[in-house]
Amino acid sequence: MTETAIEAAALGRKFGRHRKVALDDCSFRLPAGRVCAVVGPNGAGKSTLLSLAAGLLRPTDGTITILGTTPAAARERLAYVAQDKPLHPQLTVADTLRLGRELNPRRWDARVAERIVAEGDLTADAKIRTLSGGQRTRVALALALGKRPELLLLDEPMADLDPLARHQLMAALMADAAEHGTTVVMSSHVVAELDGACDHLLLLGAGRIRLAGPLDDLLAAHRLVTGRADDSLDPHTVVESRTTGRQLTALVRPDGPLGDGWQTTAPTLEELVLAHLRAPEAPALRLDSAREAAV
Amino acid sequence: MVEYRIDRRSGVATYVQIVQQTKQALRLGLLEPGDKLPTAREVVEATAINPNTVLKAYRELEREGLVEARRGLGTFVRRALSTAPADSPLRTELDAWAVRAREAGLDRDDVDALFTSVLETHFEPDTHIRPDTHMQPDTHIKGDES
Repeated sequence: MTETAIEAAALGRKFGRHRKVALDDCSFRLPAGRVCAVVGPNGAGKSTLLSLAAGLLRPTDGTITILGTTPAAARERLAYVAQDKPLHPQLTVADTLRLGRELNPRRWDARVAERIVAEGDLTADAKIRTLSGGQRTRVALALALGKRPELLLLDEPMADLDPLARHQLMAALMADAAEHGTTVVMSSHVVAELDGACDHLLLLGAGRIRLAGPLDDLLAAHRLVTGRADDSLDPHTVVESRTTGRQLTALVRPDGPLGDGWQTTAPTLEELVLAHLRAPEAPALRLDSAREAAV
Repeated sequence: MVEYRIDRRSGVATYVQIVQQTKQALRLGLLEPGDKLPTAREVVEATAINPNTVLKAYRELEREGLVEARRGLGTFVRRALSTAPADSPLRTELDAWAVRAREAGLDRDDVDALFTSVLETHFEPDTHIRPDTHMQPDTHIKGDES
């Protein structure tokens, strides 16, 4: 097992003739065995990052290392489910699983794949094109988990699932992570859907890393504070602040103890993410110590 | 065996919920010394939470001496957490007090608010409401060590 699942160094990707920047100067490190949320607004670069990790895109700047090697060399050990869940529409569910088995002869775990399909009440001879979006997601995840990957990359996996299917599939993912130590990377713009399941966070905004690190550490580095608008928050880093009458509410990164005048609480994941999205100018914070750990 | 219920909106850290529910099961006698806790896999299959969260909760319970991990076998209960027994004088007094409160016209919420406010004057503040970074070691209720 490699210690680091993904390491990006000054990673960038530009598209098209106008060199439109999708991802810019991203550096982060994701240790193996984590369940990582990739969060950000539409167009932040989430899908570009996952495609780069899967080796479907090449970086235009910097490097990305997957399981200690290049994405191409790691391909057999990773699985990637794209946002549109591409499957062959004319194949049946059973054919699709057979395809998975034959394309991954040394790794395929039929038991895992079949269990995920069975939970969804799918008939084996149903053609993929007749399935609903949620059922298609289920087959795509069965294919990905059946491969028994060390790194599982999921782009907006839960978007078209009903609440029950979402819970079942998240549970299946977590069970796989518990049993095999699979590293899971999931993108979403619905933060609530990832809360509780993820222990690592990558927040992207406008192609750049805004927050990167273990979720608990990132949450612990921030405080929601309420106090008088005329009190100073120096020397703490203010991510976002709002004044209502005489009252000031802010999300800060404390630098030493906060004064007595401030009432403080720990932010939730959602509060942390929203404050950073509302304040695009707030400085980025990395708590994954990429360089130090790499030495 | 216990089943954990995770409330994502409670503001209580998920691992703290597992710790609290395990202790509650120990107090109620739903778990006894020698019993096996569900494996991390079993918990996450039922709750869809992160497996590391379950392990963190189990480490916390182990640190408090309530459970022990046996390599390759699972996590087992080491000792019970007993509250005041059902027929203790304390319970009888509280019971009589509840009857009086009801006769005085208090409803369940009034009693709950009153009880909580009295608790807060006599015990350390509860750390499980939106815990600040890490959970402080619990102040055990008297009788825990028996």
